[in-house]
Amino acid sequence: MIIKVLGSGCANCKNLERVTREALDDLGLDASIEKVEDYGAIMSYGVMSTPGLVVDEKVVVSGRVPSVAQVRDLLVSAG
Amino acid sequence: MVAVTSRMPRTRAGQWLVLVGAAAAWVGLYVLNEQVWDWILYGVLGLDPDDRVTETVHFFLYDTVKITLLLTGIIFVVTVLRSYMSVERTRALLGGRRSGVGNVMAAGLGVVTPFCSCSAVPAFIGFVAAGIPVGITMSFLIASPMVNEIAIGMLLSLFGWQVTVVYIAAGLVIAIVAGLIIGRIGAERWVEPFVFETRLGGQLVDPAESLTFADRIQMGREEAQSILRRIWPYLIVGIGLGALIHGWVPTDFFTTYAGPGSTFGVLVAVGIGIPLYSNAAGILPMVQALYDKGLPMGTLLAFMMAVVALSLPEMILLRRVLKPPLLAVFAGVVGLGIVAIGYLFNSLLA
Repeated sequence: MIIKVLGSGCANCKNLERVTREALDDLGLDASIEKVEDYGAIMSYGVMSTPGLVVDEKVVVSGRVPSVAQVRDLLVSAG
Repeated sequence: MVAVTSRMPRTRAGQWLVLVGAAAAWVGLYVLNEQVWDWILYGVLGLDPDDRVTETVHFFLYDTVKITLLLTGIIFVVTVLRSYMSVERTRALLGGRRSGVGNVMAAGLGVVTPFCSCSAVPAFIGFVAAGIPVGITMSFLIASPMVNEIAIGMLLSLFGWQVTVVYIAAGLVIAIVAGLIIGRIGAERWVEPFVFETRLGGQLVDPAESLTFADRIQMGREEAQSILRRIWPYLIVGIGLGALIHGWVPTDFFTTYAGPGSTFGVLVAVGIGIPLYSNAAGILPMVQALYDKGLPMGTLLAFMMAVVALSLPEMILLRRVLKPPLLAVFAGVVGLGIVAIGYLFNSLLA
């Protein structure tokens, strides 16, 4: 599973990364999280409202920071 | 998107019941707030209401509870309402609009669209990529921080609806006029070239779609918690300063030095306000105390808008897409607009 967090370093983007890591730990999954900070790359995913979460090249969340439980559900249904 | 949280009831009726219950609790706390502190400080502890220290402490405690309640309520309601809108939908609505109508729409949408200033750059690029002119995009970017929903809610509860309407109208007018001016001066040449070359790839993802009602309530709760957690230091400082002003500054102090007839009052207020960066909520407790001491409403509104509208962090972010001349025009027009509003309302309301 390839996980990317789209965002350029604001608090929400860091929160999304933290929440995603927690969800991964909860699920016992070993996947690395790639931070995408370049605006061109972010927009190539069709995301205008950061932060965004991309799993295996598919955007699963954009514009807000979901809860750890929600990210867990998303990872399970994506993986 | 899978979403229902473990603590929300699963049926719509159940969810509404929880909301109504929470609202009732909120109203109860709000109404009882002052009486509780009166009872604790004057009744149980037997302190003297006319003593300055007591008055300051009373104000501080009362205001902290009141503002926390107000903020929680306002943020929750606004977040839920705003979850129906998104930058993506705004972009679709603004596509193809001409200058003039487009500026008015952009300003209005800027107020209701949920927008984190960290998204300022992707939003800007996205709008431009959709063919929305720079001037109209700027109207959106200016209106959004300037007509702040927290400020609206608090002005409404502290000063009533007339002042609130004035505030909203002033913010919109400044956003519209600034966007029109920027549109007229050929601002495209001051946009970093890469913006025009970036393409919004793939399927545009709209965060407003696929949200359940329970999702929206959850977002409202989380947003309220998250904002309060982030700004409570500013709040404490703001309320503390407000309490000190309330207790120690003589009444009508400001009328003497910065009253409606004062020439430089507004300029000084805006001059102090621009470099300050604070959440709208942080300065409002101070704003009420200043007003009680005689600072005219026009100067106050100008100060508030100056603090909130132009922030250094946002300028630094925008520098990635806007060249310095455009940033300067943006800051200059907004600054002048705020000063003009300040003087206008001082003369109208005096």
